[in-house]
Parts: sequence; C-alpha cells; structure tokens
Amino acid sequence: MPLATSPAGYLLVLAIVLPVSGMVLSFVLGGRHAERIALATAPFGLAIAIAIAAEVLKTGQPITYIVGGWSPPLGIALRADGFSAVMLVTSALVLPAAMLYARAYFATPATLREKRAPFAFWTLMQGLSAALAVVFTGGDLFTLYVALELLTFAAVPLVCLDGRAETLEAALRYLLFALLGSILYLLGVGLIYGRFGVLDIALLAERTRALDGDTRALLVAGALMTAGLAAKTALFPLHLWLPPAHANAPAPASAVLSALVVKGSFFLAVRLWFDVMPTLASTAAMTVLGALGCGAILFGSVMALRQERLKLLIAYSTVAQIGYLFLVFPLASGAGAWTAVGWTGGIMQVLAHALAKSGMFLAAGLVAEAVGHDRISGLRGVGRSMPVTLLAFGLGGVSLMGLPPSGGFLAKWWLLLASVQSGQWAWCLVVLAGGLLAGGYVFRVVAPAIAGEPLVLAKPVARGREVVALLLALGAIALGVAPDGLLELIRIGRGG
Amino acid sequence: MTATTLAGLTGAALIGLGLYGVLVNVHALRKILAFNLIGSGVFLVFGLVARRGAVAGFAADPVPQAMVITGIVVAFSATALAIGLLLRLHERRVEDAAAESDNRSDNKSDKT
Repeated sequence: MPLATSPAGYLLVLAIVLPVSGMVLSFVLGGRHAERIALATAPFGLAIAIAIAAEVLKTGQPITYIVGGWSPPLGIALRADGFSAVMLVTSALVLPAAMLYARAYFATPATLREKRAPFAFWTLMQGLSAALAVVFTGGDLFTLYVALELLTFAAVPLVCLDGRAETLEAALRYLLFALLGSILYLLGVGLIYGRFGVLDIALLAERTRALDGDTRALLVAGALMTAGLAAKTALFPLHLWLPPAHANAPAPASAVLSALVVKGSFFLAVRLWFDVMPTLASTAAMTVLGALGCGAILFGSVMALRQERLKLLIAYSTVAQIGYLFLVFPLASGAGAWTAVGWTGGIMQVLAHALAKSGMFLAAGLVAEAVGHDRISGLRGVGRSMPVTLLAFGLGGVSLMGLPPSGGFLAKWWLLLASVQSGQWAWCLVVLAGGLLAGGYVFRVVAPAIAGEPLVLAKPVARGREVVALLLALGAIALGVAPDGLLELIRIGRGG
Repeated sequence: MTATTLAGLTGAALIGLGLYGVLVNVHALRKILAFNLIGSGVFLVFGLVARRGAVAGFAADPVPQAMVITGIVVAFSATALAIGLLLRLHERRVEDAAAESDNRSDNKSDKT
C-alpha cells in the first residue's frame, strides 16, 4: 500500500474536524447554540461521508491521508477503505436522525439561556460523531485507542442524562466494563509495539505477514485486545452492562448507542484480525469468537423473549444481534472461496442492524412517551392508535428476523451461504434458530399491539418524530435491494 | 535476574492484582482503584518496551514514553469521570432515601 496522501485525502480530515469544531464551538457559545450547531453541521457531515464513499468506490482503493506530511512509522496516517466508508455513511445517517427525533426531547426551554441535560446531549452527540469518525479512519493502533476512549467518554454520560439513580448506576457499570476493555486493548498495543516497533496498521500487516518464528507475544496481544474489545462491544458473556445502559438511556441516546457505539469496538476487532494480523487468525481462535457469537444469539434472544419492558426487550435483542457480527470471524477469515460471501454478510449485518435497531429504539421511545410506560403487557392496541410507530417497530423487526426483502435477510442469507460452502454447519443452525427466536420476540410485541381496541394515549406524539423512526426502519428494508455498488464498496480494501 | 526482567515481572504482577481486584470487588470505588493498578502495570510494561528500543541503537525509544503520557491523561480523565458518577450516584441515593422516609412519615401522619 503506498504511503502517500490520496488526492481526496483531505476528506478524511474534514470528516473529523467538522464535528470536533462543532463540539468546541458548542462549549464556547453554550446553551441553545449547541443544538443549532449540531443540526447545522449534520448535513455537511453526511455530504463528506458520501463523498468519501463515492471516492473509494470510484478509485476502487482505500483513501489515505498522511497527517502533516510525516509518513508512518514516524507520523500518523488516516485511512478509509470500503468498510470505513459505509460505516461513516451509516453514522452520518443515524446520528442526525436521532438528533431530529431528539429536538422535542432535549429542547432548551424558551425562558432559559441554558439547560443542563439538553446542552450535554447536543455537545455529546457531536463528540460521538467525532469519535466515530476517528475510529473508522484511524490508521494506527494507538490513535484507535484514543478514539475508543473518546467514544466511551461521549457515550457513558448519554446513558445518565436524566440523573436518576438507576441510570447513574447503569452508566457507572458501563464505564467500568469499558475501562477494563480499553486498558486490556492498550496492553496489547504495547506488546505489539514491543515486537515490531511500529503501530501503523499497513506497516504491521506487512511485518506480520513476513513474520516467521515466535508468534507467542503477538497471540497474547491479540487475545488481550480481543477480550478488551469484546467487553466494549458487549459480546456474550461480557454483555452484562448493555441491557441496563441501553434500556435506561433516553430513546435517542439508546438508538445511537445500540446502532453505532457498539459497532465502533467491533470495527476495531475486525481491523485487528483481518488487517493487522490476518496470518495469525487461526481456525481455533476464530471458532472461539464464532462460538461466543452463537452464545450471544441464543442467550440474547431467549432473554429478549422473557422481558416485561419493551426497551429491555430491544436491548437484549441487541445482545443477540451482536452475536451475528462475530460470525464474520470464522466465516470470512482464511483463504477459502466463501470468505467474500461471509465478509459481505457480516458487514451487511452491521448496517442492517444499525438502521433497524435505531428505528426500533426510537419507536419504543415514542410508545413510552405516548402511553406513559413501556410494559409490554400494557401495550395492547397501541398499534391501532400509533400505526406509524408500530410500523417502524415491525419493519425493524422484519430485518432482525431476516425476512426478505430486508438488509437483515441478505446478511443472514450470506452468513448461511458461507457456512454451508465452508462446511461449518453448526453456525447455520444457530443463525436459523436466532431468526425464529427473533420472530418470537417481535410478534410478542406486534401481535397484541394490533389486536383489540385502540389504546387511549396519555399524550400524543408529533407525526414528524414517528416518520424519523419509520425512515430508519425503511432504510433497513431498503438494504435488501441494495445496488451492486454497495456490495462492491464493502469489499474494497479487502486482501482476499 | 536482570533489572529489566524484574521490572517486567512487577508490571505483570500489578496487572494481575488489578485484574483480580476489578473482578472480585463488589464496591465500585475499589474497582476504580483496581483499574488504576492495572493502568500502572501497563505503563510499566510500556516503559520496558521503550527500554528495549535501546537494543535498536536508541538511548531509549521515545514513542512508548509518549504513549504512556497519553495513557496517563486518559486514565486520569476516566478515573475522574468514574468518581464523578459514583459521587452523584451516592448523593442521589441519599436524596431518594430522604424523600422516601418523608413519604413514609407523611403516610403515617395521614393515618393518625
């Protein structure tokens, strides 16, 4: 890979600088300006993300930017391949959607100059956007460590904006898991640096390929980093922090936490095993990750079936859907012909889940606001009084179940195809069982909601906010008829 | 045993003790302290990695030292955030308990 700035490299800098400037400006101007700045910069963020994706697709190559003209290993590179580009676009779509939805939730009252929770929300959302941009474009392991920490520091306070004791407790638990995860990741970075003396991912990839001899230090580093990232991604059995944090956060925050934040650390785990040390991704190690993913699918789905509160059900469903992501490790690593299919399936699952789950969390938030609670037993007939919201929830559910035509269907279809082609049958059974269980927990909500008399709403919600949730869920369905260009884009920058 | 090996083993021991502390302790404050113990161990390992740069002809490799400085800043802010959350949680629980006992005494006075 040439270590020189690409013609469009400046786009990567813009993708990071825009939200960072917005955040800093929000701090300086304060009050209701934070909301205005966040909403005003969002369209530009989307334009930059789309420009990056278009450029990667056009040139068929990753974009590189060498910061300050100092080449790695001395300097730092930013890099965006196809996976980075689609993640940048996804976050540039989901974050503004959550922001539009949140305008009613986190409005600064006209009589006040500044209110604490709205100010924190609008500033943190921009911080989240900046941290995600660095995670998706960072070119070396240490920059990625810092990005991961920024992501955690922006995400944790979002959980406890309302200041209730139980949300503070959920945030603290989230933070403790995340801190343990990042310190393990950092230790792994130190060991890798000690072995090779470089941190740049492209340079490390060359050196691990050429490595012959003692790989023990690298494997220990890989194991530590993977464990750390798994804790941050809430991979079963390190998922304990996720349900209380995601279920107690305000709905727009839950949406971005479930859709984007957990994907950030998953993205780094993929970088680690597919880019930094592909030659060390042994079948045994990848099978362990796949098996944990299966544990997550089964455990998360069964727990979702047993929840009494709608938001907890959706949160446990996130635990299950994260499990599918980790099937990408056994199904896309190695040199088999099936790996391209497994890779596309895994990435499609990331995108489809991001859109479907954010739509579902926003819908659940509207139900809770309108009805006054989110106990599933008390939601009979809610679909008759809030049809658009329930449609958003149901369409998101269609994608989670993997019914055609939806992004979730394509993702699960390709994962199944890859496991059949590679002869790894066990994954098939779990993918199918997970789909059935998802059907169970989605129908548990939808079936009573469309039956009976329309539920009388305590407080009607604005139609615009229902439409935002619906558009996100429709996006997850639309991925099912994704153009070939998207699939091509997902594979750009992949070695095999 | 050379000084380098000893320092390496110390780093490993600190990380092990800290990890044990994080997993076993129930109280959040102790978990936060244990996390800082792991951090110290990790920073010690980074120091050793810098020392190994001497093998390549440097007096000491400056890159891991720069990473330790960043790491300390991050660990410090993380600890501050965690302590802040913990303090707020404590205050909130005290407030909630006070409000509850108020309610209870109100109910009692209603009955009498």
